[in-house]
Amino acid sequence: MNSLLLYALAGVGLFTLGLYALIVHAHLLRKILAINVMGSGVFLVLVALGGRTPGGAPDPVPHAMVITGIVVAVSATALALALLLRVQAKTGRTRFPEQGNIILKEY
Amino acid sequence: MNIADRRWLSLAFRWLLRLLLLLLAGGLAYAVLSLPDQAVGLTNRVAANLETSGVSNPVTAVLLNFRGYDTLLEMAVLLVALLGVWSLGIAVVPCRVDPEPVLSMLVGGLVPMMILMAGYLLWVGADAPGGAFQAGSVLAASGILLLLSCKRLPVRLPVWPLRLVLILGLATFVTVGAALLPVNGFFLQYPPGLAGALILFIEAAATLSIGVTLAALFLGGRPGPDA
Amino acid sequence: METMTVLQWVLDGTLVLALLWLAWRALSTPDLFTAIVLFIAFGLMMALAWVRLQAPDIALAEAAIGAGLTGALLLAALARSNDLADSINDDHTVDTERE
Repeated sequence: MNSLLLYALAGVGLFTLGLYALIVHAHLLRKILAINVMGSGVFLVLVALGGRTPGGAPDPVPHAMVITGIVVAVSATALALALLLRVQAKTGRTRFPEQGNIILKEY
Repeated sequence: MNIADRRWLSLAFRWLLRLLLLLLAGGLAYAVLSLPDQAVGLTNRVAANLETSGVSNPVTAVLLNFRGYDTLLEMAVLLVALLGVWSLGIAVVPCRVDPEPVLSMLVGGLVPMMILMAGYLLWVGADAPGGAFQAGSVLAASGILLLLSCKRLPVRLPVWPLRLVLILGLATFVTVGAALLPVNGFFLQYPPGLAGALILFIEAAATLSIGVTLAALFLGGRPGPDA
Repeated sequence: METMTVLQWVLDGTLVLALLWLAWRALSTPDLFTAIVLFIAFGLMMALAWVRLQAPDIALAEAAIGAGLTGALLLAALARSNDLADSINDDHTVDTERE
């Protein structure tokens, strides 16, 4: 296994870590952090798999897609944070309600 | 159900979730490992058409020429996200009236250099790593530094210059694309002689637009009555 | 593919382990401010990973946007959220209009 596969597996690991944190945490800000980590994992997989070219120079198309993805992720994060503040202003809390929910964490 | 039952059930569900996600990770890892060791992808096609694209950095060529439509739509995504943030509340500038001396000195020294670096990244993006997004993000960072240190212009500006710069990138992109329609019959198809100049022109407008949009996203709301 | 030297393997392995460990710690610390700071560090490590993957354009974009701008956005949102929580506790009202 060469280093590219190592990074691709790291991307898979980051994606799974982020997915677990997204499901388990009740605080909305932590969910936003988890989505960002998942996005970084996906970008790692894309670019690592794009480096498998025979010549040694990596494939530039996944690079362009990941740059686009980073910018879209930051704008989605900004919108999500504005929504979080709005939800807190309206309802007074920043986490999902916990009655009847047996999977969400306490913090 | 009482507290003990809930706690046991919560623990059981948590471990079931971990097992399922472990299976998911295993499946994804197997999918990744079973891909062939070498895959050409689109490298050869990009390299073959690189001379006619007007730039020599393949990533910039892909972003601004070969997949230029994706970049145009991405600028639209930035604008829509800003509209969403603007529709949710009024901006509050997060600065103190008496900034700390470290921040003031940093802003005085760093912001001019960051603006210069943004211009350099924009210019060098044609041949070396760089480009509109990198330059625009450095510009946005310098804008955020200015916001954080309460530096305001002494005159009260109307709102329309801000809105003009925000739509400048997308508008330039669409205008250039539409103007190229009668030339070759396709939207956003650069003639090979003009491609380099057109890419730089679009990138310059996009840099300004991306910088101002990202800084406005940081503010988190639409300009209020005292903007 | 050229042969990997031991040094390159150590560098890549350490970087990957640091990425995974930073992500796990950022997602699981109880304090939100610590979590955001760890996330910024994670973003900067990702910039190093992009350099190792021969993607310098992505490294520039990730360091500026992914680590810097996202970190600034998150910290500003955390500060505003804490201010909102304090003002809600003071007012004892639930419906606080921001307009």
